[in-house]
Amino acid sequence: MKATTPEPAAEISPVTVENLVKRYPKRPVNAVDGVSFEVRRGEVFGLLGPNGAGKTTTVGVLTTRVKPTSGRGTIAGIDVTHDPVGARRRLGVVPQRSNLDRSLSARQNLLFHAAYHGIPADERRRRAQAVIEQFGLADRADDKVDFFSGGQAQRIMIARALMHEPDVLFLDEPTTGLDPQARLFVWDRIRELRGRGVTMILTTHDMDEATQLCERVGIMDHGKILAMDTPEALTATVPGKNTLEVGIKTNQADREKLVAALGAIAGVEKIERVTKDQGGPPAGMGGPWAAMMGGPPRGAPPQGPPPQPDSSGPLRLRLYVTVEAPLIVAPVARVVTEAQAELQELAIGKPSLEDVFIHLTGRALR
Amino acid sequence: MAVAVASERNAPVNYLAVFGAILNRDITVTIREFPAFLAQVILQPLFMLFVFGRVLADLGFTRAGYAAQLFPGIVALTVAITAVQAVAFPLVIEFSFTKEIEDRLLAPIPTSLVALEKIVFAAIRALIAGVVMFPVGYLVLGSVPFDLGRLPLLVFFFVVGSLAGGALGLTLGTLTPPNRINIMFAIVLTPIIFTGCTQYPWPSLSRLPWFQVVTLFNPITYVSEGIRSSLIPHGPHMTTWIAALMLTVALVGFSYVGVTGFRRRAID
Repeated sequence: MKATTPEPAAEISPVTVENLVKRYPKRPVNAVDGVSFEVRRGEVFGLLGPNGAGKTTTVGVLTTRVKPTSGRGTIAGIDVTHDPVGARRRLGVVPQRSNLDRSLSARQNLLFHAAYHGIPADERRRRAQAVIEQFGLADRADDKVDFFSGGQAQRIMIARALMHEPDVLFLDEPTTGLDPQARLFVWDRIRELRGRGVTMILTTHDMDEATQLCERVGIMDHGKILAMDTPEALTATVPGKNTLEVGIKTNQADREKLVAALGAIAGVEKIERVTKDQGGPPAGMGGPWAAMMGGPPRGAPPQGPPPQPDSSGPLRLRLYVTVEAPLIVAPVARVVTEAQAELQELAIGKPSLEDVFIHLTGRALR
Repeated sequence: MAVAVASERNAPVNYLAVFGAILNRDITVTIREFPAFLAQVILQPLFMLFVFGRVLADLGFTRAGYAAQLFPGIVALTVAITAVQAVAFPLVIEFSFTKEIEDRLLAPIPTSLVALEKIVFAAIRALIAGVVMFPVGYLVLGSVPFDLGRLPLLVFFFVVGSLAGGALGLTLGTLTPPNRINIMFAIVLTPIIFTGCTQYPWPSLSRLPWFQVVTLFNPITYVSEGIRSSLIPHGPHMTTWIAALMLTVALVGFSYVGVTGFRRRAID
């Protein structure tokens, strides 16, 4: 976590949102329903939420494309409703889907964007060349963007948004649909920009992305912010905090006794049987990502042993613990050894933002 | 650099420069596809002039002098339709499919100016198309009417007519739902082409009074009659100042509706 230096009282917040409400005509409920937050200079702020939660509308208001029903938003102290033109000079937008100008080359996209922002010709050529090199686009800079891959288009869109050196950069699901290399590249650029002090607002439903990049996240649903804090603090709020997953080789007869013995260990709250192909943990404890994120140590084989019928394979258990999971490892090992069984797999699971997200917004499909 | 940025930021926005940059984008793209643009613009009027002005005349179906009456109408039609098409169709695509316009909507100028740029750009294309009609007409018909003394009047109807066409295109492009664009072109464009007094002078419709009234609702009528008045002052045409006034009213009206529609599409 980056140390938050106390800001001078006079400094203007790059982004503020106060009691923002947006109701679309002929809709029974508010798309955004009383949202307030403030983003600090140089911070990467994540807006998380299921589809239709109100993230895009909130960002739409801040980027002057949506008129709020009530409430107010500011960019660098400029009210976005009263002075949209002033606000547009200070903000940059990287949309989810390519909206590049297909009639133009990559370089022309950058140059015209800068021209729309009133940057003098010499300066825009210099900046375009600089970002083209920085974003690894030199070999295709003068090709039409029509045939670019998703990752290349995304790079140009980020480069384009930087051409007028905005105070605040909005990124709407910046890595959705990108291959892993392109995704890591985008993440690196975002970290680099953070290092340069660019304030960023990121909307995403990729929990991994939010954990990796955001200093703070706001979790939205039904137009409201349900929780807002650092990813660490948010994950600490999930009940049944830590888990320990074990795979034990034992004979069929002793299984019940062993489970009972493990359940008797101080700090173990609950034990669940898991099958390998069952995948994710049960309701309330996250989806397929939970295991990946907090799960097996780096060196562990990605697949584990081949799937076997539950009765003959190792006994797989998930222990919900009330203390730090590593503290339970030794007692578990002792119990297993005493039962003359063999501990084959061990993984410490920590709740992820995914768990927080599901905990707050539920599992129902939208 | 921080200082430079700060001073650059605090300077007032030069709307004209931003408007010029957006216009420059459209012109750059047009220049690159100039041959395609010309083909798109020339072919329809060329065939209309050829069939109605030349073939029918040579076959004896039209009276002598009809080609001269037809030519100003075809010029007017070319100007107006080129302008309509330069805005309406691309606008629908830019707003709903490619979203290309978004970068310009985030430029630091009022959204209305982005809409007005569309009208101005359409007018530039329409003016080029209108001027090209003179050599085309000369080649197809052997001669075209022209009155040097009335050149200022011709320029007026060219400019106002092409702007009005752009405004009409903006109106159609922003009021039509994207999935209806094809239907819109069929339902709106075809009647506009045939009720705009392009193939007949307006006064001659006195023998068909109900149709004469219908044509008054089509702005192209005023472009046709205005250009006819500029090129053939002694032939039959609507009173010049009435045509000029009505065309100006159409320009203002469609600009208002078009810009309002554009703003509604651009800002939720």
